[in-house]
Amino acid sequence: MSEVAIATRIPLHDYAALLGEEEIDELRVLAKPLRGRSIEMINSTAVGGGVAEILNRLLPLAEELELDMRWDVMTGGDDFYNVTKSFHNALHGAPYHPDPKDFEIFLACNERNRARLPLDAEFMIIHDPQPAALIDGRPNGGNHWAWRCHIDLSHPNGVVWNFLDKFVARYEAAMFSSPEFSRNLPIPQYLFYPAIDPLSEKNRDLDANFIAQTLAHYRIDPHRPILTQISRFDRLKDPVGVIRAYRIVKRYFDCQVVLAGGSASDDPEGAVVLQEVLREADGDPDIHVIELPAWAPLEVNALQRASTIVIQKSLREGFGLTVSEALWKKKPVVASAVGGIPVQVIHKHTGLLAHSVEGTAYQIRFLLSHPEIAAKLGEHGHKHVKENFLITQKLKRYMTLFLAMSRGS
Amino acid sequence: MNTEQKPFEFFTVAHLTRIGNESAGTLTELRSGMRHCSDASIFHHTFQTLGSHHFLTEGFSNDFAQWAHADANREDLAEQLAAMDVRDYVSIAALREDLCRVVGDYCDSHKAFASQEALERFYFCESVEVRLPFGLPAATLDEFREGISHLSHASFYFHFISSRMRLQLQTNDFSHWLADGLGLETLADEVNHIDIYTNTLDSARDEMLRLIDRERRKA
Repeated sequence: MSEVAIATRIPLHDYAALLGEEEIDELRVLAKPLRGRSIEMINSTAVGGGVAEILNRLLPLAEELELDMRWDVMTGGDDFYNVTKSFHNALHGAPYHPDPKDFEIFLACNERNRARLPLDAEFMIIHDPQPAALIDGRPNGGNHWAWRCHIDLSHPNGVVWNFLDKFVARYEAAMFSSPEFSRNLPIPQYLFYPAIDPLSEKNRDLDANFIAQTLAHYRIDPHRPILTQISRFDRLKDPVGVIRAYRIVKRYFDCQVVLAGGSASDDPEGAVVLQEVLREADGDPDIHVIELPAWAPLEVNALQRASTIVIQKSLREGFGLTVSEALWKKKPVVASAVGGIPVQVIHKHTGLLAHSVEGTAYQIRFLLSHPEIAAKLGEHGHKHVKENFLITQKLKRYMTLFLAMSRGS
Repeated sequence: MNTEQKPFEFFTVAHLTRIGNESAGTLTELRSGMRHCSDASIFHHTFQTLGSHHFLTEGFSNDFAQWAHADANREDLAEQLAAMDVRDYVSIAALREDLCRVVGDYCDSHKAFASQEALERFYFCESVEVRLPFGLPAATLDEFREGISHLSHASFYFHFISSRMRLQLQTNDFSHWLADGLGLETLADEVNHIDIYTNTLDSARDEMLRLIDRERRKA
């Protein structure tokens, strides 16, 4: 177990310029009764993945508000991470045939980590299944523990969930990204959204020249409509479905489609999906399949900002934060009504939802035919993200939880 | 400028959304859920979501109407639900009764649609509120104006809209204090008539500040 050091400080003043001084004042008022009280976040990785990305931005903000928040990462061997990867897939509904040893490995690793940490912060936030069994180390009569689950638990493997349920039920509260992911638990369950940071490289304003250079680099024509899906090459993101929707749209509009995601070189399944995508593209010069480096926030930002419409045609989705990224940039979004997407895309208000390839194509055609409606959806989407899915709101939600737990809600 | 003996206390308000145990996949299930869910759930899906979607000034009224529109695909029912104005209610019981009546009447007269599966389920949630004094009480209209201009969206909404449930009156915290505290009944009435359904919270606040400034000029 090791504490993660956060390098970047972000002055609150920078957020006030974007959100209004009154919203920052509100954070200060909520933070005041929490000063001097300890908060600890525990997850299983310091780099990569959405949780680490969010904590990297959350902690500096907490520090700006003079909150005593620390972040520890649990440690484990390959055997532990192999087991938790299987658990992760099984909780998403994938088939799983457990070996009793898997559960022993999981428990032994949690026990080792328990021995290394005092676990005595007043507020303990445990992220995802990997460290869930740390609750065994809760001091008697003790502190407040809450479990934050970032994954889709709507169709979990029963064996794995029944194993985890024993631990989760002993927390004081659990938080999920969508009501659909909640479980039948004897503790309060809250809706907690992931968040984007408007000042991060992925979301901050960009120079128009940089956007133009990015398009030129990938040989994308800036003068014709650009449909974009940003996601890793994963069947659950349905990149092949995006190409099929594009082909329907292409009959009516001379457009291009961009499918951009992290490199598939270290992901065997991703490499297979990438081949499927290239096969489906069949050499069409208006289909741009882009393998981005593992960390390419500015390129993602530029591609989103250059897009006419952003698509997220997932078949399953945890939350789909790329939707909020696009909405923050005032882009009209056409997305599947799965996971946390409908929370972000309020149909016909902040974007359009679809349930099929044909539906996706229809909604894209509608927006290309009605740019004024597309612009309005983008404007509303930006305001929706500002109210609900920014890192400042996330911290506000945590502070509200701490205050609610303190008073025994 | 008038001075009020009991100053206006501004609050900072934050909410958590607690996920309930009930959900609905059909209109019949929605009616049942509406009847049995907690008061906090009715509040959440009407008062609270109107506040968190204040920037949508065309067509968004409450979660029930949005679900009837986007997921159950029943435009006529959605229209009836959207037309319900939360400002007409001073008790959750009355609001719940009307919601159940509208959905119930629709189910009774459209039996085929009542049991039709919606695209997505409706999940009943409720709001858990945390309230803290902002620390800048107002004793005069000038101080009151200053306080209003520094309120967050959530706090403004708390005082302006959801206060009706607390006061159990068809008014809001601001109008209540302006009338009872400062004796400015006309201003109180004008503030109470600002339309929250066609304004964003920002434009409603701007309108309120304009009315206050006009009153200050009179003084």
